[in-house]
Amino acid sequence: MTGIESGAAGFGVGGNALGRDNYLNHERGIKSWLLTRDHKRIGVMYLVVILSSFFLGGIFAELIRTKLLTPGNSALMTAKTYDQMFTLHGAIMIFLFVIPGIPASLGNFVVPLMLGAKDVAFPRLNLASFYLWVGGATLALVSMITGAVDTGWTFYTPYSTTTDTSVIMMVAGIFVLGFSSIFTGLNFVVTIHKLRPAGMTWFRMPLFLWGIYGTAIIQIMATPVLGITLLLLIAERALGIGIFDPALGGDPVLFQHFFWFYSHPAVYIMILPAMGVISELVSVFSRKHIFGYSFIAMSSIAIAVLSFLVWGHHMFVAGQSTLSSMIFSFLTFMVAIPSAVKVFNWLATMYKGSIWLATPMLYVLSFLFLFGIGGLTGLFLGALAVDVHLHDTYFVVAHFHYVMFGGTVIAFLGGLHYWWPKMFGRMYSEFWGRIGALLVFVGFNTTFFTQFVMGSHGAPRRSYHYQPQFEAYHRLSTIGAYILGVGFVVIAVYLIHSLLRGRPAPANPWGGATLEWQASSPPPHDNFESTPAVGDPYDVEAWTWDGAVGGFVRRAPAVQPAGS
Amino acid sequence: MGRLFNWASVQAAGGFWMPEQGSTTAVAVDHIFSLVLWVSVFFFVLIVSLMVVFVVRYRRRPDRLEAEPSPTHNTPLEITWTVIPIAITIVIFIWGFKVYLDVNTPPANAYEVMVTGQKWKWLFTYPNGHVDENLHVPVDTPIRLVMTSEDVIHGFYVPAFRLKRDVVPGRYVKVWFSALKPGEYQIYCTQYCGTGHSDMWAKVVVHRPGGFERWLQQASNFMKTMPPAKAGELLYRTRGCAQCHSVNGSGGTGPTWKGLFASHVPIEGGRVMVADEDYIRTCILDPTKNVPVGFQPVMPTFKGRLKDDEITAIIEYIKTLK
Repeated sequence: MTGIESGAAGFGVGGNALGRDNYLNHERGIKSWLLTRDHKRIGVMYLVVILSSFFLGGIFAELIRTKLLTPGNSALMTAKTYDQMFTLHGAIMIFLFVIPGIPASLGNFVVPLMLGAKDVAFPRLNLASFYLWVGGATLALVSMITGAVDTGWTFYTPYSTTTDTSVIMMVAGIFVLGFSSIFTGLNFVVTIHKLRPAGMTWFRMPLFLWGIYGTAIIQIMATPVLGITLLLLIAERALGIGIFDPALGGDPVLFQHFFWFYSHPAVYIMILPAMGVISELVSVFSRKHIFGYSFIAMSSIAIAVLSFLVWGHHMFVAGQSTLSSMIFSFLTFMVAIPSAVKVFNWLATMYKGSIWLATPMLYVLSFLFLFGIGGLTGLFLGALAVDVHLHDTYFVVAHFHYVMFGGTVIAFLGGLHYWWPKMFGRMYSEFWGRIGALLVFVGFNTTFFTQFVMGSHGAPRRSYHYQPQFEAYHRLSTIGAYILGVGFVVIAVYLIHSLLRGRPAPANPWGGATLEWQASSPPPHDNFESTPAVGDPYDVEAWTWDGAVGGFVRRAPAVQPAGS
Repeated sequence: MGRLFNWASVQAAGGFWMPEQGSTTAVAVDHIFSLVLWVSVFFFVLIVSLMVVFVVRYRRRPDRLEAEPSPTHNTPLEITWTVIPIAITIVIFIWGFKVYLDVNTPPANAYEVMVTGQKWKWLFTYPNGHVDENLHVPVDTPIRLVMTSEDVIHGFYVPAFRLKRDVVPGRYVKVWFSALKPGEYQIYCTQYCGTGHSDMWAKVVVHRPGGFERWLQQASNFMKTMPPAKAGELLYRTRGCAQCHSVNGSGGTGPTWKGLFASHVPIEGGRVMVADEDYIRTCILDPTKNVPVGFQPVMPTFKGRLKDDEITAIIEYIKTLK
């Protein structure tokens, strides 16, 4: 690693490459981006489109919450528009944002770097995945114009085969997005198998890679089922072939089995990479080795396997047999265990550490708090008799958001803040970073905790009208949504400011021991100037702050910073 | 907190978490809910307090830039915090399953009511053939509901009874309950079914002992106790007319009834008919005979499904829709 010699542009920060050749300025022009095979650029492009989707889905959420300020009809939107809004909010957030979220944006950028590799195993396939995403997203967005879907993101039959909205277009979009997801997963599986450097055995691999690997397995094995299901849905709608619609001799509950056979594993596609991010962050910001590495790694695999066997818990009230419900309930409780194990291991990592409350760590603490609630409320829904009461109410909405937002989105934000200096070579305002994290935390809890109480009192979800008794809860929830919105505006503003004016970042601003921190910030086109030294990925104590370099440097004399 | 937040209304019935207990099932479900709640509170407090204590005690400060030496793993400890959650969840699982079995096994002597879900209302058919828009039941009596849907999937939900089940077209699903005390309880649809999903509200009316039989007799007798136009309106809502015919002039599968009576109706084939009593009667009993222009011959015959006095009542009701 170079020290302060990057002074060509006079930054005076160890390992900063803004003034010299890096992946951002290696080639210039729009074409060099659109046709790039560089995993880092593809990661950045994914980041842009995924955050745009998040913005769009967020706008729909704010509009929905604004309507729900009052129980009756609203001048803001009709019942039909409301139904379209919550469908699009769900479909965009799930299929365009959360599923690709961490793997495609942060994963694409970080995975090869963590492996000390030049790129993913199949760079062209990687670019193809990106364009499949763009194609699928375009179809989905066009469907909003030709007749926005009003089925809910679950597309339950026979409603979805009989509504007059553009179901085929939307479903075709998701079918294409599925291939994007499969290709990304395939790429990561091969990359992790084949491109690990000498010395990095499976159990000396960063836990983020375990999370990505578990996710990739699910993407490859479960997503084709979604694709087939959606094709069958299209066949029924377009050709009148009776598969799901009882009027044509089909079985509507069969659709639910098919759909959840993918969509339940899919929530682990969403959460496993998030858990990987947290495993990295908690060790780095506690300045301490991760606790119980093998339990965390194996729990990722346990989750990936068990995730295929719990889809029936979405149908406890749909009329499946009591025996099926019993088995699915039992397995649902079992899939909770590996998550609990991870939480305890993360807490133990903090024990006797030197806990640094930088912005990414605030997201870790936020994650433990929110994912704790999300996970524990899953116990209510796993218990059969209690689920009968809570199913399809706001309780489920709140549980889902605590896991997906409180878990995945919070970890995504944590990871974004952690790898941001590496991605763009600049730091962001720590002060505003903390304010943003706080606003998101407060706004989120205000929005969704109220929904637990509303739901256990029996408020059904997906409702345009509601009983006046729930008005107070809805109002508080909407106020929370506005706070959340302000939080995201704050984050967007200081991150954009950082891109333009941020303080140049050192190679290793946080003291991480994984290989990406041995590359300059931002990394060069080929990732590493010299082959990085592979060691224990959690030996963060070997890295110490050096004021002269402005970042962390390795203690051992072997890789002495040149500028010190 | 003033008018912006009126908490009193929701908390009046029931506790902080659960609504009032209206059925025997509710009592059993709430016990499990409480157990899970306290288990959750315990673990949540444990996690958050450890987190807070660690952050306060071990936070990074000038005299604490490095972590203290501590083990990187401890297999007995990790096995402990794997096994304890497994044990707790198995207890919750068994209890939850046991009560679930109970609520899915109706007693042999249950009183049976047919439930039909349709876009966007519930209809309840009693053993004597009476159809009602609300579910009336006697108190302290096991009630068995046999439910089906005429179109898409609906969800039958009574929060106070902790009772919910999807109502699926093409099959019959059965649930049961026994109400604890007289009163009115809210029914919702919980499976999203389109624009009117959130309007699919109805009530369970639980009668005092003896009250249900009186109500059923009186309600079944509405043809004799109500003016014909009123009775016609009830038939319109409960016998399936409302699914295709609007009464406010808006479109549907069939022509609207608003302003229909005495109007001139163009018929497929070039004729024009006056919508008088005979025309309407023929349309009900032989619907494909005179199909108005712009509509498909899809209406089923109501021969045998509506009695003469009921047809008369419907005609009287149509007359009032000017």
